[in-house]
Amino acid sequence: MTTRKDYTRPLDIKHGRVDMGHGAGGRAAAQLIEELFVKAFDNPFLRQGNDGAALEIPAGHRLVMATDAHVVSPLFFPGGDLGALSVHGTINDVAMCGARPLYLTASFILEEGFPLADLKRIVESMAAASREAGVPVVTGDTKVVEKGKGDGVFISTTGLGVVPPGVDVGGANARPGDVLLLSGTIGDHGVAVLSKRESLEFETTIASDSAALHTLVAAMLDAAPGGVRVLRDPTRGGLATTLNEIARQSRVGMLLDEAAIPVLPQVDAACELLGLDPLYVANEGKLVAACAPEAAEAVLAAMRAHPRGAAAARIGSVTEDPHHFVQMATRFGGRRVVDWLSGEQLPRIC
Amino acid sequence: MKYIDEFRDGDIARKIADRLLAEALPDRQYSFMEFCGGHTHAISRYGVAELLPPNVRMVHGPGCPVCVLPIGRIDLAIRLALERGAIVCTYGDTMRVPASDGLSLVKAKARGGDIRMVYSAADALQIARQNPQREVVFFAIGFETTTPPTALAIRSAQREGLANFSVLCCHVLTPSAITHILESPEVRQYGTVPIDGFVGPAHVSIVIGSAPYDHFAQEYRKPVVIAGFEPLDVMQAVLMLVRQVNDGRAEVENEFTRAVTPEGNPTAQALVSEVFELRPSFEWRGLGEVPYSALKIRSAFAAFDAERRFELGYRSVADNKACECGAILRGVKKPTDCKIFGTVCTPENPVGSCMVSSEGACAAHYSYGRFRDIPVRVEVAA
Amino acid sequence: MCLAIPTRLIEIRPGAQALVELGGIRKEISIALVPDATVGDYVIVHVGHAIGQIDPEEAERTLRMFGELSASQGH
Repeated sequence: MTTRKDYTRPLDIKHGRVDMGHGAGGRAAAQLIEELFVKAFDNPFLRQGNDGAALEIPAGHRLVMATDAHVVSPLFFPGGDLGALSVHGTINDVAMCGARPLYLTASFILEEGFPLADLKRIVESMAAASREAGVPVVTGDTKVVEKGKGDGVFISTTGLGVVPPGVDVGGANARPGDVLLLSGTIGDHGVAVLSKRESLEFETTIASDSAALHTLVAAMLDAAPGGVRVLRDPTRGGLATTLNEIARQSRVGMLLDEAAIPVLPQVDAACELLGLDPLYVANEGKLVAACAPEAAEAVLAAMRAHPRGAAAARIGSVTEDPHHFVQMATRFGGRRVVDWLSGEQLPRIC
Repeated sequence: MKYIDEFRDGDIARKIADRLLAEALPDRQYSFMEFCGGHTHAISRYGVAELLPPNVRMVHGPGCPVCVLPIGRIDLAIRLALERGAIVCTYGDTMRVPASDGLSLVKAKARGGDIRMVYSAADALQIARQNPQREVVFFAIGFETTTPPTALAIRSAQREGLANFSVLCCHVLTPSAITHILESPEVRQYGTVPIDGFVGPAHVSIVIGSAPYDHFAQEYRKPVVIAGFEPLDVMQAVLMLVRQVNDGRAEVENEFTRAVTPEGNPTAQALVSEVFELRPSFEWRGLGEVPYSALKIRSAFAAFDAERRFELGYRSVADNKACECGAILRGVKKPTDCKIFGTVCTPENPVGSCMVSSEGACAAHYSYGRFRDIPVRVEVAA
Repeated sequence: MCLAIPTRLIEIRPGAQALVELGGIRKEISIALVPDATVGDYVIVHVGHAIGQIDPEEAERTLRMFGELSASQGH
């Protein structure tokens, strides 16, 4: 069955640019959506061509929704791009609630003049990430803003997932005595992005760790039902910020073991050079969990058996602390507080 | 990482800690000032304070170029961006320092100022080359370590005839600051701040050498031990200071022999002399006017002096009345002595510069050490 | 004293520049301030410029000295 084409010419991906017409809702907009977005994401929902998607949810489950906007610069970096990030980030937010992600939406704000070739690259990357994760993009939107009013492209994704009955994972659940587990090395994403920023350019083989973690989460939850109390992915602000958030929500303290926190040598080196602390550098494919002490061993084993958790480690424990400090026993033998991030962590001279 | 990791070894740290416990005389108090912000940061980050005997105290000195940058100087940089439309290039450290009218460089950026963070003075030059139709100003701060790269940039600009590049020079000098502290009323006359010796700066000394410190040891009878940047260096330097005090010596010793020589880096020194000269006086935040403590650009390079090019008049601005940065920078008060520490003044909302830079005494204490102020019972269940 | 890091000089480049290496990452910096530095030397880098060199023998000596009892102390 063929669909009658109303257009006379396909999109000029190679040299074309986004223009105001693409956001006007008319023929040009429809063409952009059909030839770029629908073609890349290609699933039965999108093929229906409706403004929304009617979805099936398994009975007896609670819904989890999460949303995220993605504004990273540069758009393309070692190990990933804005597109993959937008899919992984939202899938992970849903998974951190202990939920199985089912569907995604994607909305794009495009800047007039943005090259279609770059847009195609981003969209195809999103589509690949979505397919690999098994979570389809079922509906979306596109708008165009005038040149100068957008940074190329902003992507916003919303994820929908389901939590089976009996699973209760949340930031307020940590209890003194719980074990803190980290799924792998920290700082990779932030360093990969920084290495491409003008004025900080350095050569490195570090790639972003951008990845979907929902199958890792599923393995962890299966390994010890009820044993995983908190899950969170340490994105902006790094591990330190995430742990402080949990400590505050759960009204507990934490004690970390610096020597146990995995950091790649190149990430360490880059941070030394720029005066950054890996604890505060962003990750896009890692999670931290607080587990009941009796479940920790089983959960850690399940993590290490999964490709996204091969370097998983036990990094500390939750403590009783009315001030909710996250403290760390340094490799050096002293102790320090790992505080919230203040402002943006900027490379320093001093 | 070679020459880094070995100097962070926890086992050796314990060895030095044991030596300190054995050699610090139990009936004596030792107070040493670590002049440089980098040392303050190392002490905080690695938790060195805990490894020192209880009668050995570290006093944080004013060796943080951001902390001693007066509000008036930041105002100049902000004015250049907001009023003169210049591209202002600066190191990351200065971005959040509070200035007048509730502004800072990062807030001025939000208001439309073209303010760009750079890693190196060379990057500012590059921005000038790429934007020939715009004025580009490099906001140059830092002690003697950071000055040679600025000198290099100015000389390169002259050789290239880069007409749109200039430097707002706020480089300051270490020995003057140490002298000023030793001459301050509290120390000289009242003995309020019993500084028994100094941990001398690591990287400043690479440039200026260890010779300039002989003056302090002789004139003020205070031992100086130049220490490397790593925590083991700092601990070893403290041990060497304790020994000097016990022996009644006041000498300049060099713990950082792997990088510091008596004469320093002659190439860097010559370049700095070529481009800069001493200012008769310069305002330091918290220390007031300090004679011969800062540099300005020589007339031969006047075309690259932003103060001359833009005819900027410096206006001194008083600090917030409740802010104790001045006393803290001189080692007279501790962060916890400041009424607004941790309440009004926090790293998120810094009132004074001691809280902005991670080397500032207040920021360091807040981020790394405040858990010691409050008795916290840390329990880990079995 | 400011943030400065020892790095290994691996390649000299025109215009008084050099490629240095630290823990597997590489960066181009200026060696205008250490004109005698050669490949294999460890230079100390501050704000994109080498400001000095590490003397390997002195580094060894310093490590050996850490925590040792000095001859003049009688404990």
